[in-house]
Amino acid sequence: MHKLLENQTGKQVLLLGNEAIARGAIEAGLSMAATYPGTPSSEISLNLFQMSRESNLYFEYSTNEKVAMEMTAAAANSGLRSMCIMKHVGMNVAADAMMTLAYVGVKAGMVIIVADDPFMFSSQNEQDSRYYAKLSGLPMLEPSSVEEAKSMMSYAFDLSEKLKEPVIFRTTTRINHSTAVVTYNDIPERKTKGNFVKDPFNLVTVPAISRKLHIKLLENMDTACEIGSTSEYNFIEGDGTLGIICNGVSYSYVCDAIADLDQTDKIKILRLGLSHPMPEKPVKDFVKSCDKVLVVEEGEPYMEEAVRSLAQEEGLTISIKGKGKELFSRRNEYDPGLVRGMIAKYFGIDYEAPEVPDLSDLPEMPQRPPTLCAGCSHRATYTAVKKAAEGMDTVYPADIGCYTLGFLPPLQMGDFLLCMGSSVGTSCGFAQATDQKVISFIGDSTFFHSGIPGLVNAVFNKHNFTLVIMDNSTTAMTGHQPHPGVDMEELNMPDFGRVSIEAMVKAAGVEHISVIKPFNIKKSVATIKEALEFEGVSVVISREVCALYAKALKKPKRNVFMVSDKCKNHKNCVNELGCPAFFLHEGRVNIDPDICVGCSICAQVCPEHAIRPLK
Amino acid sequence: METKRLIIVAVGGQGNLLSSRILGEAALLSDVPVRMSEIHGMAQRGGVVESAIVFGDAKSTIISDGEADLLVGFEPLETMRALNRCNAGTTVITSISPLSPFTVTIGRGTYPKLSKIKEMISTKTKKLIAYDAAAVAKEAGSVLSVNVVLLGSLIQTEVLPISADAVKEAIQKRVKPAFVDMNLGAFELGFNAAAGAGK
Repeated sequence: MHKLLENQTGKQVLLLGNEAIARGAIEAGLSMAATYPGTPSSEISLNLFQMSRESNLYFEYSTNEKVAMEMTAAAANSGLRSMCIMKHVGMNVAADAMMTLAYVGVKAGMVIIVADDPFMFSSQNEQDSRYYAKLSGLPMLEPSSVEEAKSMMSYAFDLSEKLKEPVIFRTTTRINHSTAVVTYNDIPERKTKGNFVKDPFNLVTVPAISRKLHIKLLENMDTACEIGSTSEYNFIEGDGTLGIICNGVSYSYVCDAIADLDQTDKIKILRLGLSHPMPEKPVKDFVKSCDKVLVVEEGEPYMEEAVRSLAQEEGLTISIKGKGKELFSRRNEYDPGLVRGMIAKYFGIDYEAPEVPDLSDLPEMPQRPPTLCAGCSHRATYTAVKKAAEGMDTVYPADIGCYTLGFLPPLQMGDFLLCMGSSVGTSCGFAQATDQKVISFIGDSTFFHSGIPGLVNAVFNKHNFTLVIMDNSTTAMTGHQPHPGVDMEELNMPDFGRVSIEAMVKAAGVEHISVIKPFNIKKSVATIKEALEFEGVSVVISREVCALYAKALKKPKRNVFMVSDKCKNHKNCVNELGCPAFFLHEGRVNIDPDICVGCSICAQVCPEHAIRPLK
Repeated sequence: METKRLIIVAVGGQGNLLSSRILGEAALLSDVPVRMSEIHGMAQRGGVVESAIVFGDAKSTIISDGEADLLVGFEPLETMRALNRCNAGTTVITSISPLSPFTVTIGRGTYPKLSKIKEMISTKTKKLIAYDAAAVAKEAGSVLSVNVVLLGSLIQTEVLPISADAVKEAIQKRVKPAFVDMNLGAFELGFNAAAGAGK
C-alpha cells in the first residue's frame, strides 16, 4: 500500500513537504486532481498518480496547466473536491481559466497549488505568484512548514466551500523540498462521482452575466477578509513593541532569529497564513501596537505595500520597512543568518554574525554544472544538426527540458529561450525578422504542452524554419512523467490512449516531415540536410528513448565502448560531445565503462575509428 | 535541545538523499527533533546535490553560510567547495575519492591536488576525517554504499545525539531489503574507518 494511503491516525511519519501536501489533500477527501509536472511541485503529483493507481482517487497528467485547471474547475462545479498543481510559471499558462473561474466560483472545494521557486533552483524566472491572488481576487493560503502544509490543506478545502471560490495554496521550494515529521489524521470516504446542475445564468460568462458575477466576487473578497481576521492561520506570537510581519518559510527564519537574539519579550510576530485578501483588522491592530515594523517576505513587497497602505488609512507614521537597499532583496531566497542579521540591524540589536573562514586562498575550483547524461539522445541530435547546418548562419531557439542544457559548451546549441513552447513561436519571429537559418528544438512533452499552436501558426503564415522535435518517450526533466505520446501499455497501464506526434504534425499542415534515429549520425545528418533545404516549415522528429528512462524500464543494455590504441589523441570526441563518460588519464581520453551506455556517438565522430565496443 | 546543523554534499547519483532520509528516520526513532531540506532539481544530470539537516529545536530547514557544525562530503572537491558553510568549530568528514567534473575533461579547469584539498579543509575547520570512502564501500560490497559508509563515520564522531543502533534500525527501515545487510556492513566499516582516521 502507498505510504500516504495508510489510514493510521496519529502515526508519525517523516515526509517531504510535497508528500505532506498530497497526504493533506487525501485527508481532506480529495476526489480528483490534475497537473502538468514542474519543479518544485512535481512530487505532489507523482504521489497522487501512484495513489490513483491503487485507490478510487482520480488523477491525471494533463497536457498543460490550463487544461489541468479547467479539468478540476469542472469537477469542483460538479460537486467533487478537486485540486490542480503547478509550478509558478505554470500559473501563467493557467491564468486565463483562473481569472474567470474566480467569477464563476465552485460548488465543492477546489485548491490551486502554485509552487514558487525563489533563487530559481530549477526555473527560468522567480516571479512571485502571490500577485495572482490579488489579480484574480481569490483567497490565498501560505504554509510556513511541512507540518502546516498538511494541516492547512483541509482548511483550504473548507474555506473554498465556505466562499464558493477556489483557493490558491502557495508554496516555495523550501516548503516543497523540506522534510519533517508529520502526524497522520483520518482519511475520510472519497466521493467519486458528482452531478452537474445546469445554471447557465450564473455559469456562462457572457458580459451581462459576468458583470453580475464580478459583484459576487467582490463580496466574496469582503467575506474572505473577515474570515482572515479571525483565522487560526493569521496569528500573533511573542511580546513587545517591535513588530515583524511575515509569511511562508520566512516565519521559521524569523522565529529562530528572535530566539537566537534572545528578543522574545521585545519583538512580536504577526504571521499571515491566509494572506489574500490582506486581513485588515489584525494588520491595523498589530501596526498600532508597534513602534517599528519589519516585513519579512521572500520575493516582491506584496505584504509590505499592503501593510503600509493599511497604516496610512489609520494615519500611522511609524517606520514600516521590508525591501530596500540596506534591507531585504527582492531576489533569491532568504536564510536564517540573513534574516537574523537584518532583524538585528533594523531594530538596533547588538549582534555579531558568526565568522566565516577566510577562503581567499582556496585553489581555483572547476565548476560542476548539470550536464546531459551519458548516452543522452539529445547529445546525438544536437551533434547531427550541428553537422547538417555546418557553414550556415543559424539561430537555434530552445525550449524547456533537459535539452535546454545543450546551450552549454561544448555543444552550444541553444540561442533563445522564454518559456514552455516558445521555441516554435519565436522561430516564426526569427524566420520573419532575419535571413538567418532558424532551427529550433522542442521536447515531446513540451510539444504537446504548448508547441502545437505555434506550429499551426507557422504553417498558416508560411514561415520558413525547421523544428526538431526531440522525442525521448517521456517527460524526462521532472522525473519521467507520462505525456500523450507515451506508450502506456509498455508501463502495464493499458487504460490510456496515445497521440502520434507525426499525425499531429501532419494534421497541422506541415509538408516536410522526417523521422531520424539520432544514434545513427550519418543517416541523421543526411535527413536533416533535406529538411533544412525545404522552403517553408519542416519538422524532424528525432526519436530515441531517454537513457535514464531506458535504465528504469530495464531495457536491454547496449555494448559499452572503449578507446583503442589506434587513438591519435585528436580529442574530437571530448571536444565535440563533452559526454560525462569520458575522462582524461595522463592526457589521453578514456571511457568509464560504468558510465558509458553504448550510444556509439563518440565512435562515429572519431576520425581514426579508434573507439570500439568493449569486448 | 541544542541545535546541531549538518550539511551533506555529493554529486548526483551518490545517494545523498537516501543518507539524509536514513538520518532523519534515525532521529525520529530517537525522539530527536529533525528538519531537513534538499536541492535536487538536476540531481540526475551530474550536478551537486546538497542536503541540510537540522537537529534540535530550530524551525528552519536550511543552514546559512558559516553555520554548519558538521559537513559530510562524498567527493573531495565538493567538500572543499562547501567550506563557506563551515566555521572554525566545524567537524568535516570527507571521502578523498575524486569524481572529476566533465568541465575538467573538456579542459575548462583543473582538478585541485588532493593534498591541497585536505590541507585547506583542516586549516579552516576544527577536525577533518578524510579517507577513501569509495574503497571502503567496495570492500562492503558496492561502491554505491559510499553514502552509508560516511554515515558510519559521522555517527562515530558523536557530535550528533544519535546512536549507531538507531541508524542501523533506520537502515533496515529505509533501504530495500536486498541491500540491508550490505549497508549494515558499510555502516560498520565507515564507523571503524573514522575511528582509525581520527587517531
